[in-house]
Amino acid sequence: MTTIDLSAAMITQAPPLADWLVVAPLVLCMVLGAVLLMVRKDTQIQPVIAIPGLVALVLVDAALLAHVWMNGTVTMTMGRWLPPFGIAFTVDILGALLTLTGGIAALAGGIFGAGDVNDSGRRYGFYPFLFLMMVGVSGAFLTGDIFNLYVWFEVLLISSFGLLILGSERGQIDGATKYAFLNLVATTLFLIATGYLYGIFGTLNMADIALKAQTMDDKAPMVTLVSMYLLAFGMKAAAFPANFWLPASYHTPRVVVSALFGGLLTKVGVYALIRVLLMLFPAERDLLGWVIALIAAATMVLGAMGALAQTDVRRMLGYLVISGIGVMLAGIALASPAGVAATVFYAVHSMIVMTALYLASGMAARASGSFSIAEPGGIYQSHVVLAGITLALFFAVSGLPPFSGFWPKALMVKASLDVGAWWLAAAILLTGFLTTIAVGRVWLLAYWRPAPAPPEEASTGAKAAAVTPVHALSPLLDFLPLVMLTALVVLIGIFPQKLLELSQIASEQLLNPAEYIRSVFPTEGLQ
Amino acid sequence: MTLLVGIFFAVAIYLFLSQHIIRMVLGAAVLGNAVNLLIFTSGRLTLEIPPILTGYETTTGMLTANPLPQALILTAIVISFSFFAFLLVLSYRAYQELGTDDTDEMRFAEPENQDLPPLGY
Repeated sequence: MTTIDLSAAMITQAPPLADWLVVAPLVLCMVLGAVLLMVRKDTQIQPVIAIPGLVALVLVDAALLAHVWMNGTVTMTMGRWLPPFGIAFTVDILGALLTLTGGIAALAGGIFGAGDVNDSGRRYGFYPFLFLMMVGVSGAFLTGDIFNLYVWFEVLLISSFGLLILGSERGQIDGATKYAFLNLVATTLFLIATGYLYGIFGTLNMADIALKAQTMDDKAPMVTLVSMYLLAFGMKAAAFPANFWLPASYHTPRVVVSALFGGLLTKVGVYALIRVLLMLFPAERDLLGWVIALIAAATMVLGAMGALAQTDVRRMLGYLVISGIGVMLAGIALASPAGVAATVFYAVHSMIVMTALYLASGMAARASGSFSIAEPGGIYQSHVVLAGITLALFFAVSGLPPFSGFWPKALMVKASLDVGAWWLAAAILLTGFLTTIAVGRVWLLAYWRPAPAPPEEASTGAKAAAVTPVHALSPLLDFLPLVMLTALVVLIGIFPQKLLELSQIASEQLLNPAEYIRSVFPTEGLQ
Repeated sequence: MTLLVGIFFAVAIYLFLSQHIIRMVLGAAVLGNAVNLLIFTSGRLTLEIPPILTGYETTTGMLTANPLPQALILTAIVISFSFFAFLLVLSYRAYQELGTDDTDEMRFAEPENQDLPPLGY
């Protein structure tokens, strides 16, 4: 019998103070979520706590991104056991960047929610669910352990159920049933794949898996494993042909909830795909590259075509979310540094612009009284600023310069042509074209077209009837988040250098995970 | 054990393919257990060895059961249980509100034969 020196496997010193930033977004959201749960009866206090809390979240996320940018990938290990035994949180540029963007989207949603969600919605827990969902989203972006990733998926899923059925209307319950079942199947598939992964590797730490996968010769179980992850995360990300839960449910809840879902949830699926396929199993991804490329092309084109066929603005936006997922998948299919950088860039753009579009559609519906584009509009006459902002966002989502959607799409087309995938480039351009038609039509019909005259004047063809707004729009609670997000869209569109630089660093870190591994295992040699 | 996992999965998938929400809920419950058994099996099965090291002296060469799958399953059980509870309530509410538990008839969020968007200005 020999005695083992356990100190070799334990952490002996407390981590430096700056590393606590890694878990700060989670701790902040959990504490605030719990506090808000306690005051859920007091509907006036909730926004007063929640909005400063979300501002703090954005600041913490920004500090984390700056820290990671300055000092490289950061790891913090829980519970004193060193990796691969202890659960590690490992943050690289990709995770920090998406967490920050998610925080910004949540802040916009939180401010908008103060005006949009009524007292009963707050009593049923809009703000606590919002914070708990942010726990799940941030945790998924920051964790370095694959089972832990599963847990964060479940955290965000169960909070999203709560948000989805806020109000308990017929359509909501119908949509939520489909959403709940299909997402449950997706996360269970993820868990099955994780079980197999543990059976093959005997470890759950991502850096450890990435190391061991390089030396794994047995291809058959690995490709099965990667296919299962592709299906599970593809379902979460709403990639064709597993996308049907999204248009069935995203238009049913309150518009601010739709905005948060459209901005955050599918992107977590894309993030997981990037992390697992590109960083953990690059060799197996190469075998599946053409499958992913086909899925990407089908997702983006069918998403845009679905958007063309919709009368309800919110349902059209749901299809645009899917179409954007297709563009992100294209970068994963290419797996070249430029392609992955474009994916990261597009993910950031899509989180901001989809949140803003849902918020804008909610405001437009309040101004004109309907979400349908077939019904008379005239929003341009009554709300010039809102119409202008929406036009900018529409240009951004279809990828027209000078807004944020242009750069990642241009990069993606170039990256596709570089590897000779002309049909993928063609699909991206076709998608942009179809999206332009779809959103252009919405703007023309619902915003630009003058509101029709009241019936008695219709025969004379009088045009200029003043629209009485159904609900007045508050300049602070409604316009502030929208203007904030649109300002970001324009800023990214005009000054893309910084974000491009970040995306390129993120892409390098993903394709060559040496820094990620060294951050978790400092003693591991360079490989 | 592998056979059992296979049977569980088959039952779960069969129940999921049903039109009725209540069978799908039962399928979700079976599926959760199937996954738990799968993780347990993939952690390598040992017979009658507790995952505990006796005494303060840690030793090598002694077989212990793998404690990690048990921790994972414990997490997964809690999660799948809470999901099951949520789904039960949700499907009951759906039955109350929508008056049906047949998925083919649940078309309130996406009505059939919706009008096409206007084709002209």
